Amino acid sequence: MNPERPETGDRFRRFRDQATGGPREGRRGGRGGEELNVPRAEFTSYYGRPVLKPPVWTWEIAAYLFTGGLAAGSSLLAAGGQVTGRPEVRRAGRIAALGAVTASAVLLVKDLGRPERFHHMLRVAKPTSPMSVGTWILTAYGPAAGLAALAEAAPWLPERGPLGLARRVLPPVGRAAGLAAAATAPALGTYTAVLLADTAVPSWHEAYPHLPLVFAGSALASGAGVGLLAVPPAQAGPARRMAMAGAALELFAAHQVENRLGLLGEPYRTGRAGRLLRAGRALTAAGVAGALLGRRSRAVAALSGAALLAASVATRFGVFQAGVASARDPKYTVLPQRERLDRRRAAEAADPDRWAGPAPATEL
Amino acid sequence: MVDQQRPPAMPAPAYDPAAEAGWAEAPPRMGFFTDTSVCIGCKACEVACKEWNGVPTSGLDLLGMSYDNTGALTANSWRHVAFVEQPRPAGHRTPPFAGTPTGDPVSAASAARAAGTTNPTGTDPGLPPGDPPAAARMTEFLGMPAAGPPGRTGSADGRSEFRWLMMSDVCKHCTRAGCLDVCPTGALFRTEFGTVVVQEDICNGCGYCVSACPYGVIDRRADDGRVWKCTLCYDRIGAGLTPACAQACPTESIQYGPLDELRERAAARVATLHERGVPEARLYGHDPDDGVGGDGAFFLLLDEPEVYGLPPDPQVTTHDLPRMWRRAGLAALAMAAGAAAAFLGGRR
Repeated sequence: MNPERPETGDRFRRFRDQATGGPREGRRGGRGGEELNVPRAEFTSYYGRPVLKPPVWTWEIAAYLFTGGLAAGSSLLAAGGQVTGRPEVRRAGRIAALGAVTASAVLLVKDLGRPERFHHMLRVAKPTSPMSVGTWILTAYGPAAGLAALAEAAPWLPERGPLGLARRVLPPVGRAAGLAAAATAPALGTYTAVLLADTAVPSWHEAYPHLPLVFAGSALASGAGVGLLAVPPAQAGPARRMAMAGAALELFAAHQVENRLGLLGEPYRTGRAGRLLRAGRALTAAGVAGALLGRRSRAVAALSGAALLAASVATRFGVFQAGVASARDPKYTVLPQRERLDRRRAAEAADPDRWAGPAPATEL
Repeated sequence: MVDQQRPPAMPAPAYDPAAEAGWAEAPPRMGFFTDTSVCIGCKACEVACKEWNGVPTSGLDLLGMSYDNTGALTANSWRHVAFVEQPRPAGHRTPPFAGTPTGDPVSAASAARAAGTTNPTGTDPGLPPGDPPAAARMTEFLGMPAAGPPGRTGSADGRSEFRWLMMSDVCKHCTRAGCLDVCPTGALFRTEFGTVVVQEDICNGCGYCVSACPYGVIDRRADDGRVWKCTLCYDRIGAGLTPACAQACPTESIQYGPLDELRERAAARVATLHERGVPEARLYGHDPDDGVGGDGAFFLLLDEPEVYGLPPDPQVTTHDLPRMWRRAGLAALAMAAGAAAAFLGGRR
């Protein structure tokens, strides 16, 4: 026998541990074992295996949910600063947007199985594929955000020669590009919710009425975080109000996600996803409170901004993790489908003539 | 008759996915009907598929799941034979093999018959009719005790209340295919036969189809980065051949042909099984009105779908997509309004 051959059954054990979230006996002490005490719901499955394939997406996609939202929020902040004549706000927003959208592109390409083929995304435009729609949103948004940020370099250019021409041309080009970026930013900030919802992953799919609002709120709050971090408190009034608006949207919609989905809300409340989302909520609350109370202190404002950014990271990773957890446990696939099927059969038994195709998904 | 739970619907106008995808004068839609009631779990389909399609090995391992050491449909297993052991006789309202000579004799005459031979030998062997236990004794297998699978004890007495379900799973080639809808590169396409195939030179491994498949079929190959799944042997059927798995199946559990014909055949088979006292026989994936518009590869099952690891009521995820875009549009408006209010709503 080859001594390097893994022990027989090793793959199954690894698979099982992965599916149940860790070895049978809680490896991480007390907290790991906690979920095992939840009474098991009545359902059958094939050896406890998941029906679905868990997403092959790794941390890059969760991180992209954050950076994409950050770019969108920052562009809106920058455009607000541009239109209302707040140059510091504009500059901070534009630079953050460029950084975030660059990071987004890197993360997205890195997550591909064949990164060198990233441009195959540009072969088609498919409204049925949110990823294709997102590709084109990013293709429109990215250059606009880049140009707007580039325009911030105009004051450093020499006054004469070809670069002098650029110095004169860049600011108006930057203003147009900034407005274009802001026009596409809401799409960039919310399409990622459809990206997750348009899958068979139960807890993502069923959350589709609420996820876009969670992501919109989170994007606004992270954009506001940039403003609070980078702008003196005296000019951060809009950022403070944006933080409040974003936090209100996000907290409201996240509450809906956790409580309106029945069994499928459970992955958002338990395990690592639950911890991340609770952390996100606490950080959001702390960030908004800090922004309101620390109107005069630069340090408090900066801390609040950092808290809002961290909150957005935690929320995005939490939502991502909840979906992965729901795909890994056959319970979340089988039980809701079984209920739907039984309801439909009962309705048909009551009224055999009425058969209107598959039941429409529950609206809200 | 096709589906015991649903009254026969009016025959809907046949939806032809190939024509919908733009094929002019497409050949009839082809598919698989996998009749699990005659599957013997030989896995010839798995082997033939790997051989023909050059699918890499998945390594040898024992999973502790009956005789299933494949585990699931993956990028490296495009057919997967599931083995389910149940403490329940085959046809669970009928005792095992009742009425057959190997079960408890139902009558003295049958006992005597069982003791005999089916070939005319010129003599009348066995005991005279009238002593069933003695006749039954003569049919008892007196071989060596073996570490065989449960249920195969060789004697009616030793046979436990046990049945085995075996099923060769495969990509369903849905009429409304989630993987195809969400593919952002166009790597997945609808063939003229109505099947769904990945173009390996286009796929960039974004992984969206993996999450969109309601059956958990399509999968990304770790060392390759692209997704792979059953092609319904696109190369073979294009040349008029039968797909490798159906060709290799020794019991015609896997049947290949025009989908309309297969659906008729399947309905007849279910009717036959119901007549023969197997009331739990039912079709899965045959109904053009289900959440995926019916499967190009459908099944006859002997238990609930989830027992075999199949979703009980799959729905194509893009069914809700228009509603999703509307919700996202509302959220985008809320986002823009929030930002506008932040700048316009205060003094500084």
